[in-house]
Amino acid sequence: MINLSLMISEPTDEILSILSRDARVTAEQIAKMTGRELKEVKAAIEAYEKSGVIKRYKAIIDWEKAGVEKVLAFIDVQVAPAREVGFDKVAFRISRFPEVMSVWLVSGTHDLRVLVQGDNLRELGRFVAEKLSTIEGIRATETHFMMRRYKEDNDLFVDSDEDNRLLVTP
Amino acid sequence: MESENSVSHPALSRTVLELPPSGIRRFFDIAAAMQDVVSLGVGEPDFATPWSIREAAIYSIERGQTTYTSNYGLLELRRAISKHLMRLYEVEYNPDTEILVTVGVSEALDLAMRSILDPGDEVIVPEPSYVSYKPCISLAGGQPVVVETKAEDGFAVTVEALEKHCSKKTKAIILGYPSNPTGGCMSAEQLQKIVDFARLKNLFLISDEIYDRLVYEGTHCCVASLPGAYERTLVLNGFSKAYAMTGWRVGYACGPAALISAMMKIHAYTMLCAPTAGQKAALEALNHAENSVREMLEQYNQRRLLIVNGFNEMGLSCHIPKGAFYAFPSIASSGLSSEAFAEKLLYDQRVAVVPGTAFGAAGSSFIRCSYATSLSNINLALERIAVFLAKIRC
Repeated sequence: MINLSLMISEPTDEILSILSRDARVTAEQIAKMTGRELKEVKAAIEAYEKSGVIKRYKAIIDWEKAGVEKVLAFIDVQVAPAREVGFDKVAFRISRFPEVMSVWLVSGTHDLRVLVQGDNLRELGRFVAEKLSTIEGIRATETHFMMRRYKEDNDLFVDSDEDNRLLVTP
Repeated sequence: MESENSVSHPALSRTVLELPPSGIRRFFDIAAAMQDVVSLGVGEPDFATPWSIREAAIYSIERGQTTYTSNYGLLELRRAISKHLMRLYEVEYNPDTEILVTVGVSEALDLAMRSILDPGDEVIVPEPSYVSYKPCISLAGGQPVVVETKAEDGFAVTVEALEKHCSKKTKAIILGYPSNPTGGCMSAEQLQKIVDFARLKNLFLISDEIYDRLVYEGTHCCVASLPGAYERTLVLNGFSKAYAMTGWRVGYACGPAALISAMMKIHAYTMLCAPTAGQKAALEALNHAENSVREMLEQYNQRRLLIVNGFNEMGLSCHIPKGAFYAFPSIASSGLSSEAFAEKLLYDQRVAVVPGTAFGAAGSSFIRCSYATSLSNINLALERIAVFLAKIRC
């Protein structure tokens, strides 16, 4: 028989999983939700923040709904790897631009996948042409502009139904 | 309410007219007419069915799998149920003869009562317990006999209590653990005593285990897995709670072949089979939804600790519910009856809870509060209940 006793994550992970769902849940609440001492929870969160396990807290914003125009592009980059540092040197360089949201090393025909955000198409086009492609070691780029967002970081960007359960049921 | 002296058509069945309406119904009507109600009154998960399950059902519909299934249910599903129960509880059911797929546990319960009862037979029902047990017994011509359970026993039923209510006419005992409404669970040791008693008196055990996967402390014990239980136990279970599939209406019954075959006979005449798309969805649930179950369990557990802590902090003593998704705090200290408490709370603070009396007289000093709702709703409800208590205490 398999052990069924509460197949729930380790207490340390539990704090992280609560905060990853909603970063505004207070330490007091988490203490109650996990049956632990407040002191202990506060210390754990502080340690996570210090060690960088929790990098920072932010809101998930639907910019389109807020009426703010943002243009996103995925740029696939081919890189000539350099002696000793491989792709790192170029990847770090790209990462420092404030327009760049994410940089990943990926398998396939390209080496780096870069997510870039700008205020308009022209601005992003200029970034790719003037900043990105001119970096030494970059052989080619292929830019895909984002047309519509359906889901991001586990949040759906389509309006979903409200809780339509009956108010009182057996 | 139907009127017996209606002139436009013949009188309705006396059995139905005499059947009391559900105590939950009235609260639903009041709450539904109000604005901005925070509800702790909902007896179903707040999660939607995991997408992979929904997707499997859509696919089956796309492929045109829209016909009847075997009266017993899809064999593939029965095999998966059999494997599932073996894996979890080491209890072996033959998918060909000992498993019946039903339209929820509700239908299974009704079939069970109609299959085992003759007029006048008695069935012991521990209370507080689910609202359908007594009506199903009555509708099958039987006589419900209530045994009260207590908060200090964790709402477990004891042999001593059963002894007092067992007669020559007793045919069965209904067990509903983890319990709706109390969240109470019974351990293997406690259940073994009930099994031994049932053997001694030659009784059926009808065990509604729909909340088996939602157990937060200790492990769930499947009654049929206990020594001496198998040949007299009917296990009722389904997909509604663990997989958030209430609206799909798929459940199942497992038990001795003769009983299952009797139930199938009624089922074949009255229901034919459980919905086919729902059965396909249920199959996917058993095969690929374990991670979703775990994730929901973790969140329920956090809410459970939060709400129980909240009630105890405001002076409503609340036994620790070990399973299901209900807290069942005592409101005795308020000086109000549970009906009055629930009604005043609803009108005064727009928080919907279910009075304990809806689950039998033994629930008269309790309210049932479902924590199958968001953290923010739980927090808001707790705040409002605290305000309400402060008001009535001064």
